[in-house]
Amino acid sequence: MKKVLTLGLAAVMAVTLLAGCGGNDKEAGASGGGSPSASTGQPSDAGGKKRLAIIFKNTGNPYGEKQMEGFKKAVEENGDEAILKAPDQPTAEAQIQMIEELISQKVDAIAIAANDPDALQPALQKAMNAGIKVISLDSAVNAQSRITHVNQADPERIGRTLIQGVSEMIGGEGEIAILSATSQATNQNTWIEWMKKELEDPKYANIKLVKVAYGDDLRDKSVSETEALLKSYPNLKAIIAPTTVGIAAAGKVLTDKGLKDKVKLTGLGLPSEMAEYIESGVCPWMYLWNPIDVGYLAGYTAEALVKGEITGAVGEKFTAGTLGEKEIVADGDGTQVMLGDPFKFDSGNIAEWKEVY
Amino acid sequence: MKQKMFADAALAVGTGQGAATKTTISAKFAKFRELGLLAVIVLICIGVQLRNPSFLTLENINDIAANTAILSILSVGMMLVIITRGIDLSIGATLALSGMIAAMTVKAHPGLHPLAALLLGFAVGLACGMVIGFLVAKVGILPIIATLGMMNVFRGLTYEASGGKWVSAHQMPDSFKQIATGSLLGINNLIVIAVVIYAVAYYFVSHTRTGRQVYAVGSNPESAEISGIKTKRILWLVYTIMGGLTGLAGVLWVSKFASAQGDTASGYELSVIAACVLGGVSIAGGSGKISGIILGAVLLGILNNALPMINVSPFWQNWIQGMIILAAVVFNALVKRGIDRNNLMRRKI
Amino acid sequence: MEPRVLTSKKPFTLKGFFLQWEWMLVLLFVAVIVMNVNLSDYFWDYNNLRDATMSFLDKAFIVLPMVFIIILADIDISVGSIVALSSVIMADLYAHGVPMELALIVCLAVGTLCGYINGLLIVKFKELSSVIVTLSTMIIYRGIAYILLKDQSVGKFPKWFNYLGWGYVGSIPFILIAFAVFAVLFGILLHKTTFGRKVYAIGSNPTASRYSGVQVDRIKIIVFTLAGLMSAVTALFLTSRMGSTRPNIATGYELDVIAMVVLGGISTAGGKGRMIGAILAVFLIGYLRYGLGLINISAQTLLIVIGLLLIFAVSVPKLKWKGTGAKGKAV
Repeated sequence: MKKVLTLGLAAVMAVTLLAGCGGNDKEAGASGGGSPSASTGQPSDAGGKKRLAIIFKNTGNPYGEKQMEGFKKAVEENGDEAILKAPDQPTAEAQIQMIEELISQKVDAIAIAANDPDALQPALQKAMNAGIKVISLDSAVNAQSRITHVNQADPERIGRTLIQGVSEMIGGEGEIAILSATSQATNQNTWIEWMKKELEDPKYANIKLVKVAYGDDLRDKSVSETEALLKSYPNLKAIIAPTTVGIAAAGKVLTDKGLKDKVKLTGLGLPSEMAEYIESGVCPWMYLWNPIDVGYLAGYTAEALVKGEITGAVGEKFTAGTLGEKEIVADGDGTQVMLGDPFKFDSGNIAEWKEVY
Repeated sequence: MKQKMFADAALAVGTGQGAATKTTISAKFAKFRELGLLAVIVLICIGVQLRNPSFLTLENINDIAANTAILSILSVGMMLVIITRGIDLSIGATLALSGMIAAMTVKAHPGLHPLAALLLGFAVGLACGMVIGFLVAKVGILPIIATLGMMNVFRGLTYEASGGKWVSAHQMPDSFKQIATGSLLGINNLIVIAVVIYAVAYYFVSHTRTGRQVYAVGSNPESAEISGIKTKRILWLVYTIMGGLTGLAGVLWVSKFASAQGDTASGYELSVIAACVLGGVSIAGGSGKISGIILGAVLLGILNNALPMINVSPFWQNWIQGMIILAAVVFNALVKRGIDRNNLMRRKI
Repeated sequence: MEPRVLTSKKPFTLKGFFLQWEWMLVLLFVAVIVMNVNLSDYFWDYNNLRDATMSFLDKAFIVLPMVFIIILADIDISVGSIVALSSVIMADLYAHGVPMELALIVCLAVGTLCGYINGLLIVKFKELSSVIVTLSTMIIYRGIAYILLKDQSVGKFPKWFNYLGWGYVGSIPFILIAFAVFAVLFGILLHKTTFGRKVYAIGSNPTASRYSGVQVDRIKIIVFTLAGLMSAVTALFLTSRMGSTRPNIATGYELDVIAMVVLGGISTAGGKGRMIGAILAVFLIGYLRYGLGLINISAQTLLIVIGLLLIFAVSVPKLKWKGTGAKGKAV
């Protein structure tokens, strides 16, 4: 009996210590809602600090970290508290659990970059029924699951700009291929749709899209798929990779095989990951947007909703801090707020941006 | 596997005159066990080559070898673990951790010699392996639980160490990236390293006492203990070796892809286990051959390379891969059954 | 002198009763609750505690038959894929006009069939361990799901379907009641029937059981079929929770389930373990995750905590029993 008690006590102490350490860990800005006392604070009332939460797709992703950073900045500029959450696996199931946890904490708003556009619907509707303002950013949820969506750039512009860019790179004719992420990713599929639409224009009559390959956002799979593309289509002139992992993987493969001038590369990539390949010329230019700004805009959108300044209907306007005035526009059967145009990274500006993110 | 040992023992005890001929027949049969796997590989190669003639080119074979090198290095360590009736689910996380630490170190000290980076990764992996070895050997935790738990811990540590950031290509010195892209005498570095490791492993497993003791521990732990083999030390050694190899593989990985992420190699352990099991390593412990795991790793590597090349819809890739693996193991099992039946039917002993 | 009757049951002692694994789990559970209450004001709230179960119970249905499988010294890592396949087929049928009630039954049938195939392969090809068989079927089943749905998601199920994962009976979640019913059924099956005794026997010593007349093959097939069936049940609840489905759902579920079973004291060496242990482990891990999530702990810290908990929980009894010679076989 004594043995059991002593060991039991040891177990209790150890677990408490562990969790205590974990709770008190103040990782540099990444996540965690501050010290336990702040998180266990009273449910927010009308006069007190509001609590707005952001859920990203997965942890350890520098792009996501920057978005959460921007969100936090916006929320704190308004004098409120930001809660940052991200699951360790990019699954919808994990995000549903996080939404439940936030509902239990009675937060005022949730901004989510979704791992699945439809699977979060019942959970987010439960949140909205509980009075929480729900918006999505970056990777959208369907219109029934949110009040509005914060979009980094118009998907049509992204798709069309990429094709226009690639056409310029290869002189208007040749075979091109697309290296995407997972076959399930909605934003990827939307951009590819717009790329195909742009290709229907007669001025691209000499450009042929030979394949859409899926690298699943996995480094090794993206490498295999790129190598396969190069083998199967020896006349390939360009690869478009609208995914940060894919474009970096393709850049490495093209560099290793010395195909710099034969096959061009463009797409959407992180400046830090692509700096090497832009500087070497493997990738003449590519696009992205500032994730900090996306998060920042989402923060202000959430704040505006919580304060009651907007309701998410088309045509409403609000001020988003340093980004100025933003207007809500239509998006399918929902609404969205747009950050702006995709930003072009080339050898001229990559040096300054590669340190930022 | 037990039948083989029976047959071998019987042969050894057998009469002097026929002994010479019988050992050669037995040796031939042993090679036959892998024949099933070899046949599958050849079939696939032929099939893919017909669909896409650029499959069996020197360049593509080089690519396959380079991509499979890391998988095969890990398979060596996993084979030793599985032989001792264990399993190691944490290698993906260990790989990520050692790769991340190595990458972060070269980022901060670009002048670091690549060999030092390799050693650093090796050391990190070794440490991880030692912890697991301690838990399994000294504390007596079942390997599946120990490695499942430590997998989480190592992965968490990787995220913590990286601070949520990735290490990108431009932050790695060229010398570091050369580890994976450079070549020795025209053969890719990765392949050279893999071959060296295989040579060492083969020697260890077939010609050293410790190597044979590993098999003994896996075959029958109680007898091994009683016969004086220090099972605990062997177990600890096996996991440490696995850890070291994984650490090395981690550095090779981040060098090859010129990028270190927190979620690197998530789920990779299943591929390694598949390669080992395909190669004939028995999960029940006690048996496994180097030649087998080479074939297993090669088969998986070929599958990963070939499927995108034959223009099969990406949505069919999973199913095809699974069916091939299942077909390969079932075929191997049937071949083995045939051999064993032959063995039993031979009346002359 | 009276003839002494030999029984296999140890005499009941208070010390022996409390020195069991399951009691340590109870202690850990209490510790976790105490810790969570201290960390967050939101924890000790009936609604929250109740709703938390809805998040973590969906995979708990698979834990029940997995206990049987692990007692048999086997393993099944294809359960996540069976969940995905059953869910995808059900949704695909519904999208093509089949009434939802029928699609639901097909879902259960698909899961059962997948489990049956697993069992059949394992029994017919004894050279192949359950690891490699379920590894292949894991890839194959999910592969079929991908072939069927490709990159689409199917949703918009009838309103009553939503009730499965989100509904209440009175104030108790439906999923909790369903789990309780199944838990009791499986517990009775394991501990109170000859089937259960046979499972323990096979796990302890397969050869002896076979020679004692136990139909090892039949029992194995039944157990794996049950695993497939319960995976389909999980598919129902998970699909209801998500309101839609895709081929990539339930990835990683197999490891979570195995962790819960193992934490519950069921040894992968076979022949040992009790259902109540696994059930306690489900709630232990579930509430631990939930409680830490309430203070918004980072994902990496959570990983480390869960990993250490697993190791810690398993090593404590080992350190205790050192000397009494309970050296387990590996794996």
